[in-house]
Amino acid sequence: MADISRIVATDCGSTTTKAILIDRVNGSYRLVARGEAPTTVEAPFDDVTVGVINSVAELEELTHSSLRTDSRVAVPRNDKGGADLYVSTSSAGGGLQMLCSGVVKAMTAESAQRAALGAGAIVIDVLSVDDGRADFEKITRIRSIRPDMILMSGGTDGGTVNHLLDMAVLLRSADPHPRLGRGYRLPVIYAGNRDARDKVLAILKDTVDVRFVDNLRPVLERENLGPAREAIHDLFLEHVMAQAPGYDKLSGWVSAEIMPTPMAVGEMVQLAARELKTTVLAVDIGGATTDIFSTFADTFNRTVSANLGLSYSVSNVLAEAGVENIARWLPMPISDGEIRNRLRNKMIRPTTIPQTMEDLLIEQAVAREALRLAFAHHKSLAVGLKGIQTQRTIADVFAQTATGQTLVNMMDLGLIIGSGGVLSHAPARWQAALMMMDAFQPEGVTHLAVDSIFMMPHLGVLSRVNPEAAHEVFVKDCLISLGTCVAPVGEGKPGQPALKFVLSGPGIPSVSEELKVGDLRRLDLPVGTTAELVLHPARGMDVGAGRGHTVHAKAEGGVVGLIFDCRGRPLALPLDPDTRRRALQLWLDAMRTEKGEAERVHL
Amino acid sequence: MPTAYTPGLRVTADVTLRKERRLPLAGEVLVKDGDRVAADTIVARANIPGLVHPIKVSEVFDVHATEIGKFVVRQVGDAVQAGDVIASQKAMFGLFKTEVKAPVDGTVDNIDTTAGYVGIREYPKPIEVNAYVAGHIVETIPQEGVIVETRGAFIQGIFGVGGEQLGELKVPVARHDAILEPGQLELTMAGDIVVCGATATPALLKRAAEVGLAGVIVGAIEDEALRELVGYNIGVAITGQEDVPFSLICTEGFGSLPIADRTFELFQHLQGKLTSINGATQIRAGVIRPEIIVPDLQALASGAGPAAEEVVQQELVPGARVRVIREPYFGRLATVTELPSELQVIDTGARVRVARVAVNGEVVTVPRANLEIIQE
Repeated sequence: MADISRIVATDCGSTTTKAILIDRVNGSYRLVARGEAPTTVEAPFDDVTVGVINSVAELEELTHSSLRTDSRVAVPRNDKGGADLYVSTSSAGGGLQMLCSGVVKAMTAESAQRAALGAGAIVIDVLSVDDGRADFEKITRIRSIRPDMILMSGGTDGGTVNHLLDMAVLLRSADPHPRLGRGYRLPVIYAGNRDARDKVLAILKDTVDVRFVDNLRPVLERENLGPAREAIHDLFLEHVMAQAPGYDKLSGWVSAEIMPTPMAVGEMVQLAARELKTTVLAVDIGGATTDIFSTFADTFNRTVSANLGLSYSVSNVLAEAGVENIARWLPMPISDGEIRNRLRNKMIRPTTIPQTMEDLLIEQAVAREALRLAFAHHKSLAVGLKGIQTQRTIADVFAQTATGQTLVNMMDLGLIIGSGGVLSHAPARWQAALMMMDAFQPEGVTHLAVDSIFMMPHLGVLSRVNPEAAHEVFVKDCLISLGTCVAPVGEGKPGQPALKFVLSGPGIPSVSEELKVGDLRRLDLPVGTTAELVLHPARGMDVGAGRGHTVHAKAEGGVVGLIFDCRGRPLALPLDPDTRRRALQLWLDAMRTEKGEAERVHL
Repeated sequence: MPTAYTPGLRVTADVTLRKERRLPLAGEVLVKDGDRVAADTIVARANIPGLVHPIKVSEVFDVHATEIGKFVVRQVGDAVQAGDVIASQKAMFGLFKTEVKAPVDGTVDNIDTTAGYVGIREYPKPIEVNAYVAGHIVETIPQEGVIVETRGAFIQGIFGVGGEQLGELKVPVARHDAILEPGQLELTMAGDIVVCGATATPALLKRAAEVGLAGVIVGAIEDEALRELVGYNIGVAITGQEDVPFSLICTEGFGSLPIADRTFELFQHLQGKLTSINGATQIRAGVIRPEIIVPDLQALASGAGPAAEEVVQQELVPGARVRVIREPYFGRLATVTELPSELQVIDTGARVRVARVAVNGEVVTVPRANLEIIQE
């Protein structure tokens, strides 16, 4: 590749188009500026490139440089300016909406769902032969939703074809139509038993546009999601993008194919896990949806909780979590009715921001519940393959392990990355750290970070063409290290011993303390510092080596520092409202960084 | 910088509006360009194809899919009634007969020898689209619908439930901050659209259903009352399809909030007129707000041209009238006195763009994101 020193990347979101400019400074790639403008896929503009140009114009203003010629991003660079590389992602127009089908709900249908989610889709329904719905209900459902495409799976290669034909008949009976564009047939990706291809085509050829890819579950013991994901991506570009206003033009500008925003974030999460050699859990909590990405057991998983968000979907968090679960995070008394009305008002005026501490606490309480619910959803889908035969040892019999268990093991987790307004733009960084600790309940020793300005999508698409630049900017400018959380697993009565620790390291005064159940303790540990920790959990407490066993670990510094969370795992809040509010207030006070984050005080 | 404030909802006494009236699928347009229409005039009609009921005949007879043709006694396109035999098989020298019967009235849609199915399609269901507002047709879209132009008052609400309704506008409350008592809703108001004041209690909503109102307009509603009305917690703000006895429109928000002065005065002025409302709300990209349209039938009848172009205030400038749309000054009307260019730290500790606004003579600081411009 030619010498690349100036890169423009945009992310066309459903409401805002965000542009970043990356320059090579002294041999390393760094973020130089960020600009944004409203997305313009609707009237009167009907052209996504208008928003792109407006956001790039803001980069030009901020950097006093020229990036455009002839009303487009100039690539390659010329005498008048421009960039060496221009890449873009998009979730405008509601993103990629898919319907998945399989034969068995817990097997092929679930694999199809994972394939679609990993390709950046929002899965609007999953049909299977055993999903409990009558045929006419399934047909009515297929008719009522208008997906961008359908992923059809089922059966292992060489297995029975009958159930697949049944599903094909259902699809034909429903005669589904695409969400965008009237002039083409709905694309259906067939990734099921290859022996059924001819018959499925015979049934569906007059109704939909069928594409064949390798079976995503060729044998029960193995998933093969790659070909289906590639086909989804190709069809996304070919159909969904082609129908969105201005995308044909934008496709002509970019140096690499436009990628769905969540897929790009997924690329970046996987790159981070590889480069940092750790297990990563990343979350993007937005106004309408919450996406969670993870790499537990070296398996990439992504889930979208389509209606868990903090503005458009805030009332759905209220409906799913219940007002009592939101109220339990509030250190002040407030009536349920008042909470409900305030959240409804946020829903109908989604761009407003909290002005009072009380309002901020309510918003952060809802964020905890949205994250908790989205993570529960993630755990249910990030699972091992179900239905496979495993050889069991006598130990397994005692442990009662089963196939299809969640891959999520919080003790193995190395890094949590938070992004989305409520985390990236929390008035104080410690608030972001506490929200993630309360919602995800990390165990043992876990590094916490936030995406400074939500540029993981930009870096994800960039990683496809220039992984070096993507990695450098990710580490130096994207991730803001909050610090390290140490959380013993176990339950105990408040006041009982929980953990003794010894902290040391080059230039770090040695600190030794004993903490009790219920304690939350924060110490300053500056960004870029790595401390040595010796952790002696109390009997019944585990920090990674088993109950009561000592662990030697490293702690990464951050703007919040080092946090010892001895509130117990699972975290159980006091049931009595007054006791709970007092405890919450104590924990908030314990986390507060007294001298502000700008002044990072060495121990 | 992107604009950091909410453009206000429209409240105007005289505006020319166009409404697209489209069928969900191809059909027949019943009016032509230039036609005068009433709100309830049917402008287009279509037939929604019936649902297909697939029946696995090969399984019933335990035969291969390719063999079902031998047993099917109807042809594709044949009309059938529920219970009619569509396939039969004789066994034991004709002593026993196995039959497959049509589950619904309809037609034979397909006989599939690949999968072994016979599909019965229900009869199509007719669907009609009315003009929704009185006016005249300015465009017909072949097979799809029309565009109706009207002139009159147009008021956008902030949130609503229920779909399109038509009725006479009634304003039985005397003040914009009053709350109507259930007893004030009389049986003579059946089919009317009634402005009920600052909020609606569950008792008032129950009475509205008993009376048979077509619509209820309030400043705000308690979330609990909304839940009782629709029967569940609304999760996502995409409404309009609820099974409710009347459509409800809130002009200000949730809780109890007086209807804005100007909006209330306009309602009083329009009392007694035929009104079209739609509670449908969509708070996503492509936002849809609930609406109240009161066509000026006199202006339409006299053939008066379009209303004067409305000047829409888009910029937040000193002197602009605004409404605060979040605590601690939620619902207050104010005037912008200053727009500091530097980011300011607010009580939460966040650094944001703010405005200084005068509320009842007191100047306070409010994030610009929490202001809504009042269109005057």
